[in-house]
Amino acid sequence: MNHLIDIMDLKKSEIEELINVANDIIANPQKYSEVCRGKKLATLFFEPSTRTRLSFEAAMYELGGNVIGFSEAQSSSASKGESVADTAKVISCYADIIAMRHPKEGAPLVAAMNASIPVINAGDGGHNHPTQTLTDLLTISREKGGIDNITIGFCGDLKFGRTVHSLINALMMYSGVKIVLISPSELKLPVYSKDVLDKNGIEYVETTDLEAVLPDLDILYMTRVQKERFFSEEEYLRLKDSYVLTPEKLECAKSDLSILHPLPRVNEISVKIDSDPRACYFKQVLNGKYVRMALIMKLLGVEA
Amino acid sequence: MNVDSIKNGIVIDHIKAGKGHKIYNFLGLDSLDCSIALLKNVPSEKMGKKDIIKIDDESIVLDLEVLGYLDPGITVAIIRDGKVTDKHQVKLPERLVNVLKCKNPRCIVTTEQEIDHIFELVDSETRTYRCIYCDSHAK
Repeated sequence: MNHLIDIMDLKKSEIEELINVANDIIANPQKYSEVCRGKKLATLFFEPSTRTRLSFEAAMYELGGNVIGFSEAQSSSASKGESVADTAKVISCYADIIAMRHPKEGAPLVAAMNASIPVINAGDGGHNHPTQTLTDLLTISREKGGIDNITIGFCGDLKFGRTVHSLINALMMYSGVKIVLISPSELKLPVYSKDVLDKNGIEYVETTDLEAVLPDLDILYMTRVQKERFFSEEEYLRLKDSYVLTPEKLECAKSDLSILHPLPRVNEISVKIDSDPRACYFKQVLNGKYVRMALIMKLLGVEA
Repeated sequence: MNVDSIKNGIVIDHIKAGKGHKIYNFLGLDSLDCSIALLKNVPSEKMGKKDIIKIDDESIVLDLEVLGYLDPGITVAIIRDGKVTDKHQVKLPERLVNVLKCKNPRCIVTTEQEIDHIFELVDSETRTYRCIYCDSHAK
């Protein structure tokens, strides 16, 4: 593994290794506090994403490394017309590893094809976001003691939600996983994704009724209806409030349900649920930092 | 109509009738100095009629792989000293470079002109390819 562009670049054994290292970091943070001393992470964010960028930066600092970079295209040479390929070649002279977010799909792959240092895709448009998927897998693993044999419900925007597509792809590596797809008909999982589920023999059901399936779920993965994915404001407004999780709705759920959300949320999870022990979305944010630490170490070839 | 046999060259045979000109252009044969014959609507027992391209120079390097995408029924024969030294049927290529164009407006290739449009075969039955950058499918 030289780069991480798509979660499917990883074998199951590599994902398990990253989860194990992340768990060890959580248990023994001091052991890892100097492993990247003298190394530099370049965060190349061609579109704003405070959460992911800060997670990468915090991860590198906690490994004892340093961070350089930019947080929007206007403050980079891209505003002068520099290509992604050239940017990757130039940054390779300054840093040891790149984390790149870009609004265009495939830009991090172009960077990886031209850089002489590892490249991590930190999100490319509506396409891939593999470190979010690693975050989700670590969270599921920690909450459920493993990933096999879970019943997971995906709720909200399953059409444009890249985190949903990536996580579903990764879950196909595990056995006994049952998937419940909960969305309005306009935001259903694309047919090509369902074809992949069928080809891999993954059990799944589709529904529009969250409350009807909630009692069956071990994991509920909520998503935001993303305004930026819609061409029409009217369409967005019509669909944005399709599902709002409230304490009342949760009454019929399992007592050990884990509620995940890639964040940011708008209103799809009531803030009243934040204090419910089943709410795992802020733990998920923390797990994101730890799994990014494990990934940076793996790509830089450093060990504790 | 008779066209002389070639002594040293390449014969691209069993081209679906009417596609010969497209293949001639795609391979850039108009830029070659050697003799080239494009035969159209040649009677064929198997195909009814077919197109054939004869190139009177076996040393030229052509991207014959792409022929499998343009017309998988094509056969390519290499002629040396008047004899067929190699003959094979083209296959659907695993990878296409700058043959298909990605039409996804969100794909990086649409904003950066220098990037090669690269597609990889995902389903040979349906002749479906995938853009390596954005995963868009194309045929």
